[in-house]
Amino acid sequence: MLLDVQNVTKTYPVADSTRPVLDGACLTLGAGETLALTGESGSGKSTLLHLVSALDGFDSGEILLDGMAMSPLSDVQKAALRRGPVALVFQQLNLIPSLTVLQNLAFHARLGGREDPRQIAGLVDRLGLAGLENRYPEQLSGGQQQRVAIGRAIALRPRLLLADEPTGNLDETTSDAVLDLMLDLVRGAGTALFLVTHSPRIAARMDRHLVLKNGRIT
Amino acid sequence: MNARVWIGFWMLLQTTPLAAQGFAGLGADADGFAIPHPGAVLEFPADHGAHPDYRIEWWYLTATLKGDDGDPYGVQWTLFRSALRPDDGTGWQTPQLWMGHAAVTTRDQHHVAERLARGGIGQAGVTASPFAAWIDDWEMKAHPDTGISELTLSARGETFRYELALSAKGPLVLHGDQGYSVKSADGQASYYYSQPAYDVSGTLFLPDGPVEVTGQGWLDREWSTQPLSPDQTGWDWFSLSFDSGARMMGFQLRDSGAGYTSATWIGPDGQSQSFSDGALDVRPLKTERVSGRDIPMRWRVSLPDQGLDVEVAALNLNSWMDTSFPYWEGPVTISGSHSGQGYLEMTGYD
Amino acid sequence: MQLATLVLGLALATGLWSAVQAINTQARENYAEAAERLGINRFATLSSPSGPIAVDTYVRIRRAGWQVSPVLEGRIGLAGRSFTLLGVDVLTYPMEIAPQADEADVSPADVLTAPGRLFAHPDTIRNTEQAALPVPLVTSDRVPRGIVMTDIGTAERLLDRPGQISRMLVLASQPRDLPPLSDIVPTLKLTAPRAGDDLSRLTDSFHLNLTAFGLLSFAVGLFIVHGTAGLAFEQRRGMVRTLRALGVPLGLVMRLLMVELGILALVAGGLGLVLGYVVAAALLPDVAATLRGLYGAPVSGSLRLQPEWFASGIGMSLAGALAAGTHALWQVRRLPILTAPGQHSSGLASETAFRRQAQAGVAMMLFGLSCPWLLGGLVSGFVLLAGLMLGAALMLPLALSRVLSLIENRAQGALAEWFWADLRSQLPGLSLALMALLLALATNIGVGTMVSSFRLTFGGWLDQRLASELYITARSNEEGRRIESWLSDGQADAVLPIRHAETWIVNQPARIYGIVDHATYRDNWPLIASLPSVWDRVADGTGILINEQLARRGDLWPGDSVTPAAGWTMTIAGVYSDYGNPDGQAIVSLPLLLSRFDGVPARQFGVRISPDRAPMLKDALLRNFDLPASAIANQAEIKDRSIAVFEKTFVVTGALNVLTLGVASFAILTSLLTLWTMRLPQLAPLWALGLTRRKLARLELLRSVVLAGVTGLLALPLGLALAWVLLAVINVESFGWRLPMHLFPLDWLRLWLLALCAGAIAAALPARRLNRMPPSALLKVFADER
Repeated sequence: MLLDVQNVTKTYPVADSTRPVLDGACLTLGAGETLALTGESGSGKSTLLHLVSALDGFDSGEILLDGMAMSPLSDVQKAALRRGPVALVFQQLNLIPSLTVLQNLAFHARLGGREDPRQIAGLVDRLGLAGLENRYPEQLSGGQQQRVAIGRAIALRPRLLLADEPTGNLDETTSDAVLDLMLDLVRGAGTALFLVTHSPRIAARMDRHLVLKNGRIT
Repeated sequence: MNARVWIGFWMLLQTTPLAAQGFAGLGADADGFAIPHPGAVLEFPADHGAHPDYRIEWWYLTATLKGDDGDPYGVQWTLFRSALRPDDGTGWQTPQLWMGHAAVTTRDQHHVAERLARGGIGQAGVTASPFAAWIDDWEMKAHPDTGISELTLSARGETFRYELALSAKGPLVLHGDQGYSVKSADGQASYYYSQPAYDVSGTLFLPDGPVEVTGQGWLDREWSTQPLSPDQTGWDWFSLSFDSGARMMGFQLRDSGAGYTSATWIGPDGQSQSFSDGALDVRPLKTERVSGRDIPMRWRVSLPDQGLDVEVAALNLNSWMDTSFPYWEGPVTISGSHSGQGYLEMTGYD
Repeated sequence: MQLATLVLGLALATGLWSAVQAINTQARENYAEAAERLGINRFATLSSPSGPIAVDTYVRIRRAGWQVSPVLEGRIGLAGRSFTLLGVDVLTYPMEIAPQADEADVSPADVLTAPGRLFAHPDTIRNTEQAALPVPLVTSDRVPRGIVMTDIGTAERLLDRPGQISRMLVLASQPRDLPPLSDIVPTLKLTAPRAGDDLSRLTDSFHLNLTAFGLLSFAVGLFIVHGTAGLAFEQRRGMVRTLRALGVPLGLVMRLLMVELGILALVAGGLGLVLGYVVAAALLPDVAATLRGLYGAPVSGSLRLQPEWFASGIGMSLAGALAAGTHALWQVRRLPILTAPGQHSSGLASETAFRRQAQAGVAMMLFGLSCPWLLGGLVSGFVLLAGLMLGAALMLPLALSRVLSLIENRAQGALAEWFWADLRSQLPGLSLALMALLLALATNIGVGTMVSSFRLTFGGWLDQRLASELYITARSNEEGRRIESWLSDGQADAVLPIRHAETWIVNQPARIYGIVDHATYRDNWPLIASLPSVWDRVADGTGILINEQLARRGDLWPGDSVTPAAGWTMTIAGVYSDYGNPDGQAIVSLPLLLSRFDGVPARQFGVRISPDRAPMLKDALLRNFDLPASAIANQAEIKDRSIAVFEKTFVVTGALNVLTLGVASFAILTSLLTLWTMRLPQLAPLWALGLTRRKLARLELLRSVVLAGVTGLLALPLGLALAWVLLAVINVESFGWRLPMHLFPLDWLRLWLLALCAGAIAAALPARRLNRMPPSALLKVFADER
């Protein structure tokens, strides 16, 4: 099992009441598998994604990545996790504005020490970014930017790709094209994909589809 | 009080309260200055010159004039000497200080100028023979070998200038007891003589142009060490020339009491007669506001012994000498038992 | 926090500005008062091109009717210090020197007859020093500070210059119908009253210096305010948007924000005034000492505040806040009611802006550089300085950007690549603060180089110039002669008379010295240009030496001729450096001087003797001639005293230097804080990509240090240029001498490290914040639609 989320609870102090966002959530994901998690706005989808990517800590339960428990990890180890087996794509703010397209593409892989120039050259073609390599993010369209973000995550060759509404800011046509590309790349690389979305249409494209409600996954 | 007022005050009043310094016989006061004593004989031309061993001294010329335009004019030329120590000294180190006042009075104008200088460097001084008295370019100068009978007189200020020639028509007049003039009941005294009978002619240069003038001049010479008693607050001094040819010098020293008066009557022939305290009676008839002070502008002057009972009135109320030590000095007209012109000086009206 | 920075920034800016203003105003007021008292700017003066005027000449003018007043001026040692003694004829001098009559009991006899009285301002000579004076002193606030006045009779005794007059004031009121002065005294020179007085002309450079520092401080303060106001409005964006969405008109919102800023500016201005007062009060004694020591300018050591000072302080604070706030408000105005999160910049757009700024900077520099050629004078020197500094500041962002991309291109590794690229992209937000830092650093280097060059040169020059072991000042010519003959009688190796006369050379007052031919001069005298066998020429009376001030002002160099007095022309044999006095000076052989001038005092000597015997000789002199201790100074004492004067001169500059640097680093801090809210969205993705907060915090710190470091490196050439302008342009214009420039790399290193510290300190707070930030706060960046 690549990812095993066991009975995780997470509470955010909101005003004076402490309301659990996750209340015993459980989930498993196999290698190369694609999974969509949907749920109402504020149901805790993104929170779960952040916990899985070791960006935030949880109150109880455990998350195992490739059999390794996350809760005892130090900050440094958690950061190493995000440079290696786990990559993340957000809805926005993915790219580093001061770096060119090419630099952005290679950035994550180079941080993790897994840079492969040939792979990146291939990715440029696959992502349809040829000729844009030396542009800066602000000179790209939204769809192009998101393709760079996905490409950057793939270039890291992670075991698990986490995506939080990766096409949320895009129009439907662009969104479909980006999603196609993502699924294509993920499947080609044998990477598992854990995608959070509110769109049933996108969720339907995944191998599995789970719903988060009242802090639990059904 | 600025330095010049301060120095002027010093020069004119000498109010050091050393009341007992007038001991006759000792001949000198506590600071080493000579003091006048009765019976001394004045000697000329030597006494026309300066007496540096006395504290204060002046050469005081006033003239009542008539212009070729028919208007009356008054001219004043005064040189004061004041010694800080009874010696001459040389250069800047001299203790002899000099002050000059010059004025021209018309019916409606009064031009004044003042000069201060130190003796010893030649900026001001007096020589007896040939006689010359000067401060800066102001000068009262005699023709050689005429004593002080034939003088030329000049002075100038910002707005005026005059050049006059004076010719004496009578003898010198010694006031008091052969020139020993008592100034208070305590015995303060000065040496005092006059040449009251100059014929004057010359030119006044005024803002409206030059005026040729002729008239009468009067020179007073006085030196002393302690002329005033501490309680004396000021004086009123008259030099009157009557149409009859007679003249009179009279003064009143004011104090908290009845004051002290003295007079000299000078006949048309130049013969003089001195009158001691009380003979002369002067009383103000009307005061006017001049330069912020109430000053008598009309006087009743009577010397019963000579049948004199006249009113003396200022030609120009504003004959105010706005100098370091301010006072009123100007021409007057005389009416009553006698008529004529004269000069009046009033000090100590604060 | 931002409220505090806003108020503090404004207060700092206002404080430094008003401190400098308070000092300048105080000094100027004192000069004006002194000039008024000395009659320099009200009365024409008569002086003689050939030295002192005789009393007879004065009397001649007076007897011609002209109202003039004589003045005898000289230097006199009192209570162990040297003063200008101004002897005036109190009977004719147009101003009062005695105090109000009721304040002191002095009679005319006291003043006018020996021993006389000295008059000095209470600040000039302290009560405790009065016992040692040769003549009783009366304190009078009618006498300008720093000088001593007395009656001319007392002055001629004290100065041993009987019958001499230095100059005459031509009084304003003159009688009518006077003959022209030129007919009466054709040889005397009439100088019209001066519009500006000597002292303020002389000290202009010093005050311009201070003002420049004040403005610099204020500019740096403005950077802070600009940053903070930007931050304040940035954080109000949400509120403004909400208010506008609720239908509150934009105008009203803007007005409210302006009022709020205005109130803050008033509070800050008030604080600033307090701060300014404290700084000014602390610095003023040194400034006063400097001005007195260097220029003899009378400045009170205590501060009197003028209403204008308050007004200008508060005004600057308000104007500063307004200027800083307007930009921020402009951004609020353009803020749409609904907006998507803004794209972050790659730095591409700013590159063009930088280029435009740099072009403006080059233009300013060129303008500054052209100014001395076009205009000349001290002011153009300062325009040159301003052009250089501002131009360089404007060029800084482009220069930094270029340097950073250069490094970026060589960077290895993703992180390094990001670091340098990011640094470059951050320049627009930080450039103002970095400009402030550049200016502060360059000023530090420039002024530091000038001061140190000065100190080094001056020290060496003193060694050359003060070659005699003992310097003696006798009380009178007669005593001088006795001492001289005693010394010449085998007591000393050599006696070198120091005798001088006052004269006019090239239309300015100058002092001309006569020297005897001696190896002391040949070996030591600091000549900067000379003809061959210069000392022989001086000795045989064919050559004259002039000081650098005269040479530069008159453009007179060896081989040219000069007229040291009316009807006397000499060939210049050499030019010598002469620091520490702004006036002209010349040297001829003693016999020549004595043949040209009458009554040259013979009271001062230098004595050559082996140093170990000097103390014994001093004792013997004091004993044999019953001299006051102050009459003999040894070389070391004079050197110490001279150096002390110069040290004081730069205390103020040093203090302002440090303050400016502090303010500049504060500017960086506020800029970083302002950028903080924008910074987080840039850092959060990096964190998400696998960098720890600690690492990011360290990088943030490093970023600030690197920027400060690079700015520091760029400040070095600017600082050296500044130093060159100060030494070769400003100094020549204001003092008449040019100093060689010395370099002090260790000082630079120290300053550079200081700049690194400033950068680190400024970034420490934001970095610490980042390190401690909870993950949820970072995650909000991704979730927030803002």
